Amino acid sequence: MRYLPHSEAERAEMLGVIGAANFDALFSAVPAGALKSFDLGLPAHSPEFLVEAHMKALAGKNRSGGDGPFFVGAGAYRHHVPATVDHLIQRSEWLTAYTPYQPEISQGTLQMLFEFQTQVAKLTGMDVANASLYDGSTGTAEAVLMARRLTKRNKIVLSGGLHPHYRDVVKAYLKDDADLECLSASPEGQGDILDHIDETTAAIVIQTPDFYGHLRNMKAAADAAHAKGALLIVVITEVVSLGLLEAPGALGADIVVAEGQSIGNALNFGGPYLGLLATRKEFIRQMPGRICGETVDAEGQRGFVLTLSTREQHIRREKATSNICTNSGLCALAFSIHMALLGEAGFTRLARLNHAQACKLADALATVSGVEVLNTSFFNEMTIRTSQPAASLIERLAKRGILAGVPVSRLEPSDPSVNNLIVLAATELTTDSDISALVVALSEELA
Amino acid sequence: MSMNNQGRPTGTGTAGFASTSGSALLPNEPLLFEIGDTEHSGVDLPDVTISTDRLGGFERKTPLDLAGLTEPEAMRHYVRLSRLNHSIDSGMYPLGSCTMKHNPRLNEKMARLPGFSDIHPLQPVSTVQGALELMEQLSHWLMTLTNTAAVALTPKAGAHGELLGMMAIKAAQEHAGQGHRKIVLVPESAHGTNPATAAFLGYTVKAVPAREDGTVDVQAVKDALSPEVAAIMLTNPNTCGLFEPQVIEIAAAVHEAGAFFYCDGANFNAIMGVVRPGDLGIDAMHINLHKTFSTPHGGGGPGAGPVVLSEALAPFAPVPFVRKGQNGLELVEHATGKVLGRITAFQGQMGMYVRALTYMLSHGGDGLAQAAQDAVLNANYIKARLQHIFSVPFPDYPTMHEALFDDSFLKDSGVTTLDFAKALIDEGFHPMTMYFPLVVHGAMLIEPTESESKQTLDRFCDVMEELAQDAKSGNKKRFTAAPMKAPRRRLDETRAARTPILKWERPAV
Repeated sequence: MRYLPHSEAERAEMLGVIGAANFDALFSAVPAGALKSFDLGLPAHSPEFLVEAHMKALAGKNRSGGDGPFFVGAGAYRHHVPATVDHLIQRSEWLTAYTPYQPEISQGTLQMLFEFQTQVAKLTGMDVANASLYDGSTGTAEAVLMARRLTKRNKIVLSGGLHPHYRDVVKAYLKDDADLECLSASPEGQGDILDHIDETTAAIVIQTPDFYGHLRNMKAAADAAHAKGALLIVVITEVVSLGLLEAPGALGADIVVAEGQSIGNALNFGGPYLGLLATRKEFIRQMPGRICGETVDAEGQRGFVLTLSTREQHIRREKATSNICTNSGLCALAFSIHMALLGEAGFTRLARLNHAQACKLADALATVSGVEVLNTSFFNEMTIRTSQPAASLIERLAKRGILAGVPVSRLEPSDPSVNNLIVLAATELTTDSDISALVVALSEELA
Repeated sequence: MSMNNQGRPTGTGTAGFASTSGSALLPNEPLLFEIGDTEHSGVDLPDVTISTDRLGGFERKTPLDLAGLTEPEAMRHYVRLSRLNHSIDSGMYPLGSCTMKHNPRLNEKMARLPGFSDIHPLQPVSTVQGALELMEQLSHWLMTLTNTAAVALTPKAGAHGELLGMMAIKAAQEHAGQGHRKIVLVPESAHGTNPATAAFLGYTVKAVPAREDGTVDVQAVKDALSPEVAAIMLTNPNTCGLFEPQVIEIAAAVHEAGAFFYCDGANFNAIMGVVRPGDLGIDAMHINLHKTFSTPHGGGGPGAGPVVLSEALAPFAPVPFVRKGQNGLELVEHATGKVLGRITAFQGQMGMYVRALTYMLSHGGDGLAQAAQDAVLNANYIKARLQHIFSVPFPDYPTMHEALFDDSFLKDSGVTTLDFAKALIDEGFHPMTMYFPLVVHGAMLIEPTESESKQTLDRFCDVMEELAQDAKSGNKKRFTAAPMKAPRRRLDETRAARTPILKWERPAV
């Protein structure tokens, strides 16, 4: 048992010091019958090379992104992560540290979180950010609850362009809540959420680029919301877009939620990811999740601590702002390192490269007979309507070695109007030959 | 882009390089924004010109002002910062109720196989059969170890699992026409997340007092039960480190009253492979994969909090989940019937599933049981070695995974529990958990886990004894001035909360 340090002799010696006859004596509070040295029927311990073989066999049954042309997006994006990022996050002092409850010996994590919060605030154009949430979808639900606390109003309007999974998470969090209005999707352009704002509205939630890739007018939405005393929550699933698109803060957003996976974090089949949440200064005491703040130590040196914890469950218990008790520390670290490596110059180039590849993709798709590109505006993702049902088309393309995007019906199975829609993304990893291969395969399948 | 403050701390009231961390090999590290600028980049990307952009007139006009570092500069910045952290690989972390155990590097290696890390949550299910198989295997281990009927893998952290578990209970009761049940019983010693979760779902929290011996009294539970009670949220082993001896009777009484038993499984590491919570009558229990199955905590997360469910709650598990279909494994992504909706965008913490299963296979069923026994052995060893100085508030039972003491030995010494904990830092140890559980005044909760050798435990106990003697002998300064050898001296947390500075601002020139 390579992870357990005791020898049998040491165990016996320690039991002696304790004054226990055997291990069972240590479990004497367990009711009779519940303590079992039963055979669970689970495999016995295994040497490293066999465990590795088992896991490699499982991994080998999956098609990984690097195996061929890849256009899958819809809330998770395949970007290149510099080797430096993965090396650094695997350093023991980052990887194996716990929550920085003792700030004097956690300054590495705390300074990093302070830098991370600054990066997120700058990206989003907001005053303050927290130290990350679980992911973009749960972050959206938390933002909705935060808006209700801030406005003391109940009605929440979700735009039809919000990622369907995010909508579903908000629905689960606000189960059976009559004051939740989910507008239906409008794949072809801007649905008018602005007509749904009234004096009872706490917030409207708008994603940009939206699930279908369209860019949304945040300024108009902010003005309309504020005119009725409501808040604007902006959701971003592709943070790379912020390299080219105006910051939501500059357009009047009150709360910005984003999925941070695109920067520094691998696809990982959906997790772990990290939720970014940024807001205006006056709202910080209603902001959920961990926050790191600057202070000084006994010698007057700058240092950092977790702060404003009076909002949290371990102090306020049932009166807490949320039940959240952690953040995505390691994912935030990866995000922060990757962002520091990029800097403004690199981040802008990355965004431009993504947009350029997407423009090529859109132009190429527009040449395929049986394909209609629905977007007039987009960042790195778009929706096409195909002359055949999308789900089986995607399967057939997968058999040809091309992961060609997400059939919208997979996320909206009850809406037959989306059956022929596919959402596709391009990133810096999408090559010209990938695009050509997709065009050829699509043309053949749709012929 | 010159910086007038390059390399120097800029925060309010700072006094330049001071003694604590000024050693040659552990320099103060400036902020990223003080050493980087908007021109430098450590990533080589072509600068593309786009002839006709499709940004619809929404292009950025406000500058990003994001500092960049070249690769060598970034390497040094993050390596230097890392050295200001304590970590489980650098020393013992006896944080009770938080459970820091060895993080095997094999887990990391496996999680980085492209077949796991480079797969998309929405790529065709036919192309991720291995991932679904892995989720099935992990589910099998979790259900077997707990003797339960179902498991929901997707919660992103223990507290998220709690939320899901209580949502399932709420849904089950509403389905059975019992939606009027609005009270949740929570023992006083519970984790703060328990009452927060119940309140979050609209329940009224009613505290159940602890007995003199630190455990929950079945009679107190019976007295609190009524047709209005939806559930009890009980931690077992509890936060005092004790196994609830009457847990089976408590479960029976709760069920008898038509309520559910939510078990906070934060401390499952103490009983895995030895006691199956399903045998005790639980209906739902989250399992913190990082605590019990060694996924790394990375300075605060990510966590992963799968929830096991009883037969009664199984139909309410959220989507997505894996099931066997005609063409191999299927991913059920949409709620039908009683199924709860979705509590996170995708399939949960796959990266953590890989690490947890790797750890399980490495240990095997036999090794997990041994690990639980060793964790309990280590906690009891610390208790046995230290109980002559540090008083044990609840001496009636052997402790489980953590040893609970109180600070009565510090009475009249002028040294607080916090001071004592900070002095431990100067001896190379991360402090224990302090002032928790709340039911014990001046609590000191120590959890060594199974990772620690007898030699390390002995050294820890020697230091604890020595510090206690020193505190009693009146050497106050060693404690009130501590830590003296850490990267920072005692930090002013009140100031941080009173005048929050939550991001770097460019200093006025």
